[in-house]
Amino acid sequence: MSPTMFERYLRAFGETLTMVGVSVTIAIASGLTLALLLVATAPGGLYPRQRFNKGLSVVVNVFRAVPFIILLVALLPFTRLIVGTTLGIWAAIVPLSIHLIAFYTRVAQVSLNEVDHGLIEAARAMGFRRWHIVRHVILPEALPGLIGGMTVCVIAMINASAMAGAVGAGGLGDLAIRYGYERYETQVLFEIIAILIVLVTSVQFGGEWLSRRVDHRR
Amino acid sequence: MLWKRATAPSAAQLTAANLTPAASPDPSSPHILFDGMRKTYPGGVEALQAVSFAIPRGSVFGIIGRSGAGKSTLLRAINMLERPSGGRVLVDGIDVGGLGEEDLVRLRRRIGMIFQHFNLLSAKTVRENVGLPLKVAGVGAAEVRRRVDDLLDLVGLADKAEVYPSKLSGGQKQRVGIARALVHRPEILLCDEATSALDPETTHAILGLLRDINAKLGLTIVLITHDMAVIRAICDEVMVLDRGHRVEHGPVWSVFGTPQGDATRALLRPLRHGLPDDIARRLQPDPPKQGGGQAVLSLRFTGESHPEGISLASLLALAPDAKLLHGGIDRIQGHAQGDLVIAVPVAAMRSAAGSRFSPDSWKVLGYVADDV
Repeated sequence: MSPTMFERYLRAFGETLTMVGVSVTIAIASGLTLALLLVATAPGGLYPRQRFNKGLSVVVNVFRAVPFIILLVALLPFTRLIVGTTLGIWAAIVPLSIHLIAFYTRVAQVSLNEVDHGLIEAARAMGFRRWHIVRHVILPEALPGLIGGMTVCVIAMINASAMAGAVGAGGLGDLAIRYGYERYETQVLFEIIAILIVLVTSVQFGGEWLSRRVDHRR
Repeated sequence: MLWKRATAPSAAQLTAANLTPAASPDPSSPHILFDGMRKTYPGGVEALQAVSFAIPRGSVFGIIGRSGAGKSTLLRAINMLERPSGGRVLVDGIDVGGLGEEDLVRLRRRIGMIFQHFNLLSAKTVRENVGLPLKVAGVGAAEVRRRVDDLLDLVGLADKAEVYPSKLSGGQKQRVGIARALVHRPEILLCDEATSALDPETTHAILGLLRDINAKLGLTIVLITHDMAVIRAICDEVMVLDRGHRVEHGPVWSVFGTPQGDATRALLRPLRHGLPDDIARRLQPDPPKQGGGQAVLSLRFTGESHPEGISLASLLALAPDAKLLHGGIDRIQGHAQGDLVIAVPVAAMRSAAGSRFSPDSWKVLGYVADDV
């Protein structure tokens, strides 16, 4: 492998990590907040607000329904407004984050809903305020599931970031398309696939290890 | 009078009571009062229909009923986990249905609660579970530690402080639940089927612990159960609930001795000594024509007329060779009561509907031809 090619790999890897890292951070923070809002405002929740709940749910569904590549294009004006450009890594991070927020909201919502209702009732009986129930009961009890969901999200994000080449964001996926597909350098294609497999596997194992560490249910 | 005070509930009263539980109201006034409480669920299911009764201060009060009788709704109305559809629930004379969120938080800190499935936080150690209610109430770490240690000593789990609940047995989990319920030094402890998920030996130990706590700390315990044996083991008073109605209510010995409702009798059946099957099969409605034979009698002692015990001489007065076949006498709150099935030779029977023979009720169940 020529040094220039190696540099290309390194740069692409860095770009993928940046895109995935930044979008995942934004998506998990916002998605978790939205999931908490959905769970809390649901009928029978801590702060039942039916209309707000329905509205938010529809908004999340809209973003869940649009395929990423279309969302990427549809969001271009919004992206320009936020980051001032429609090209490069940062332009890709905007649609990636929004796509993933909707996804993680639903994933986290499932974990939060799985918290045993008896625990919430016990906390109310002990004189917990509603915020305390979120902070000390719902979040810690849902943590193993939330971490499992994050693992799924990071991997989904590594996949989606491959499409970010469409806005010139670079990354491993983009490299694979440009060299492996458009220039028939099949070896590059397979090397990148190998790198992605290693990356995804380490994320998966890391996530499972962390999830087990915080899980005291067994 | 309690009812007058209740019409003007004030947060100030509640707060004052919270700060100085020792200076709480007149000890003879009921601790908890249900005043025509009703509960209708959406869809028109009537869980409770105008139930009224009082729970005395410092007592162990049992509410029993089959599943769906409404007992859980009743228990949860005391700390407003469930709101009544009508009527009032008064704790220390204060209508808890009228309290705002802040006052409810304060009220709930004076009322501990334990659950059938323990409801411990899996992500926290025993120490963290017990201490959390204090922590969220803003109590300092050193004080939390001290109180948690005292309580773990009380429930006999001092060596399990740093363990996660999943590593504990059912009985140990319930002990943690009890410690957690007591951490705010409550005046009332609510027990929601607290022993229904435990084996008989553990049930016995947990009930003993609850009795100790009642005696040591003087708090009022309200428990719901479907098992009359639990009521017999620790309760002072019992109220029987059936399909949302109050069937009866009284001291445990009297409800056990002279149950009034069908629902109560049905609940008591497993504890009763009925006629054994093998005798029932041979029973004839009339004495044998050729003479001889034995009469099978069932005697019932309600605990009212001879609370101190049942004299054996009174049984022998019936016939010198009367035979005990089956039965049992329990001593409940100092009242000896129970059922005995006896056999008496028919010949002796006639002569001896004697003066000293005095169960509270007795009847001839039938006759058997020869020896029983």
